[in-house]
Amino acid sequence: MSKHTLSVLVENTPGILARIASLFSRRGFNIDSLAVGVTEHPDISRITIVVNVEDLPLEQVTKQLNKLVNVLKIVELEPSSAVQRELVLVKVRADNDTRSQIVEIVSLFRAKTVDVSPEAVTVEATGSADKLEAMLKMLEPYGIKELVQSGTIAIGRGARSITDRSLRALERSA
Amino acid sequence: MTEQATGAPKPQPRARNGGQQPTSVPAQAPRITGAQSLIRALEEVGADTVFGIPGGAILPAYDPMMDSSRVRHVLVRHEQGAGHAATGYAQATGRVGVCMATSGPGATNLVTPLADAHMDSVPMVAITGQVAAGSIGTDAFQEADICGISMPVTKHNFLVKDPDEIPRTIAEAFHIASTGRPGPVLVDIAKDALQGETVFQWPPTAELPGYRPVTKPHGKQIREAAKLISEARRPVLYVGGGVLKAGATAELKVLAELTGAPVTTTLMGIGAFPDSHPQHLGMPGMHGTVAAVTALQKADLIVALGARFDDRVTGKLDSFAPYAKIVHADIDPAEIGKNRAADVPIVGDAREVLADLVVSVQTEQSERPGEPGDRYADWWAMLDRWRETYPLGYDKPEDGSLAPQQVIQRIGELAPEGTVFAAGVGQHQMWAAHFIDYEQPATWLNSGGLGTMGYAVPAALGAKVGMPERAVWAIDGDGCFQMTNQELVTAALNGAPIKVAVINNGALGMVRQWQTLFYNQRYSNTVLHDGEQGEPNRGTRVPDFVKLAEAMGCVGIRCEDPDELDAVIEKANAINDRPVVVDFIVHEDAMVWPMVAAGTSNDEVMAARGVRPDFGDSDD
Repeated sequence: MSKHTLSVLVENTPGILARIASLFSRRGFNIDSLAVGVTEHPDISRITIVVNVEDLPLEQVTKQLNKLVNVLKIVELEPSSAVQRELVLVKVRADNDTRSQIVEIVSLFRAKTVDVSPEAVTVEATGSADKLEAMLKMLEPYGIKELVQSGTIAIGRGARSITDRSLRALERSA
Repeated sequence: MTEQATGAPKPQPRARNGGQQPTSVPAQAPRITGAQSLIRALEEVGADTVFGIPGGAILPAYDPMMDSSRVRHVLVRHEQGAGHAATGYAQATGRVGVCMATSGPGATNLVTPLADAHMDSVPMVAITGQVAAGSIGTDAFQEADICGISMPVTKHNFLVKDPDEIPRTIAEAFHIASTGRPGPVLVDIAKDALQGETVFQWPPTAELPGYRPVTKPHGKQIREAAKLISEARRPVLYVGGGVLKAGATAELKVLAELTGAPVTTTLMGIGAFPDSHPQHLGMPGMHGTVAAVTALQKADLIVALGARFDDRVTGKLDSFAPYAKIVHADIDPAEIGKNRAADVPIVGDAREVLADLVVSVQTEQSERPGEPGDRYADWWAMLDRWRETYPLGYDKPEDGSLAPQQVIQRIGELAPEGTVFAAGVGQHQMWAAHFIDYEQPATWLNSGGLGTMGYAVPAALGAKVGMPERAVWAIDGDGCFQMTNQELVTAALNGAPIKVAVINNGALGMVRQWQTLFYNQRYSNTVLHDGEQGEPNRGTRVPDFVKLAEAMGCVGIRCEDPDELDAVIEKANAINDRPVVVDFIVHEDAMVWPMVAAGTSNDEVMAARGVRPDFGDSDD
């Protein structure tokens, strides 16, 4: 099994997320992470899905996704040619003895302290899954009180845009 | 960054109606209701028949329906009947079948026919009423989230809350249902959208940027396939329902005769190639002929045309056709490589694929002079030996009762040319596939993928309404018949004189067959005559199908004696003013053969009980 990051451009219609989630569950595909948001075009949403499958099932995933009428385009973003990011917000137990150590770890990972209280600090960090995992490993001994994590989002490197053609398609049909 | 290979680029949008601009709204365009707009849209897309049943939320649509001279409404007795009737109509005529139901239970009763049509790729549009938009999500009376419920069993669905969107949605629904790989589309319309005012606009603007199926096959793939066909020594054309849906039967015949390759048609592909044709090996799969099953197992090339390597065809997948290279042509890219990897994938409409293949194969043949005309002579020698040694057959019961296979065979032989047969699901379905000769497309309707018991009567009704000039026989089992026979009332009252053969063995025959073979003859809950504690109630005739038929406005006939068989069938054939139900009392122990037990390899095909064909080592 290996992880693949799919960028799925969809028409921004009600129920589209349910259609995609339902497709994954009924075909027995596992979603590792999911992130949804609008794009530069208000009629197009972009869903970034990380799936953990073999190559052959991946082909089935994309073919089945392509059959959904509201799906405009599917692109697999290879890690080598794309920027992939996650966001975490983590509340770490801190007191007068440990606070400065935590802040030091935070700055090592180029993360930010976004809230401080006598018993805890809240850290905001973005980065690749590996980097965030490394940071969380360092923070763990101090006591993680709460953790929230976004799905992966990703964008291809270079000047090319995957939305261009879909945008033109959408405009022509309107 | 790689775009995913999906066999074809994601289609660009294309305006329908030949790129026509939407008609502008006249200054004084009359304001009509959403319901009137719906009926107008149905008229414009050419829907001449709607099978349905009204209720609260869909009620506004039924008022203008009454005035339409172009849309005929057939009032069914149960929404499931409406759905299967729409399927039967679509399968027989090739046009989109339409059914209509109200919200909540009306809509949920359509789920089975939707799933059935989805599995068998039947073009169908289901229109359901929904509670008013403002009440959605409040658990209102007769509210059900039918879009959510039907999502996995439809090609697409729509929820319409704005009356202005009704014509466009209907146009899109019919377009999606009937193009590419056909399938059911559900349009759920909120009651207030039906009641609200709008202006009817036609043709509407197309808004399907994410939908354009690929129909034109890739030239390189076609040439590659033609090369494999010309090089093969043991090819088989494996033909599925896609060939019928594409209307490609003439092209198939040309290719088959050009190559001289054997042909096998799946349960869904029956009728795509004449059963009487000498190159036809019969049906493949779990209950396929020994010749067809074995031909696929021993083939060095399988050319799959509009077929999907279903588990009922392949048996245990990893031992299926171990020597064969695969050319797989299908309009749905997702079918290619889903179950069996393809050596040559071809995405396209079966008719275009076949037409292109014919040209390419001709080119290949002209480039290979000196090749013998009967290049597959050794292959045919093997195939003919299997056909002759293991033909389809049955034993007549020793007690002098009717053999179900004989009943079905005689119905087929005595039926007028072009008769449409609709089967339920089970033993009678397999016998009807085996013992009736199908010479034309769209003469065999059945529930293949979903295996929906109760399909036959409503599907026969739909076929008869769509093709009133044709004779329509439903071949049903007594188990299936008790699921949906209420639609005989619809048939009787709506001038649809179908004929129904109830192959009555008093049992859920196919399940009973499995109990005989795999559960030590312990007949748990499969004997339909049994009463409390399994007390046999044979002969009690509960229900009495003859009386039941008469109660529903049909002619009821019973047949128990082989000597009366032909006379009874001829009597039924002669009745054309009312539906006829013939209760054929048949022997309960008849079994469907050949058979490949579930989960085993097709190499283990049994020609009859305890008879495993001997293919000899020289065949391998």
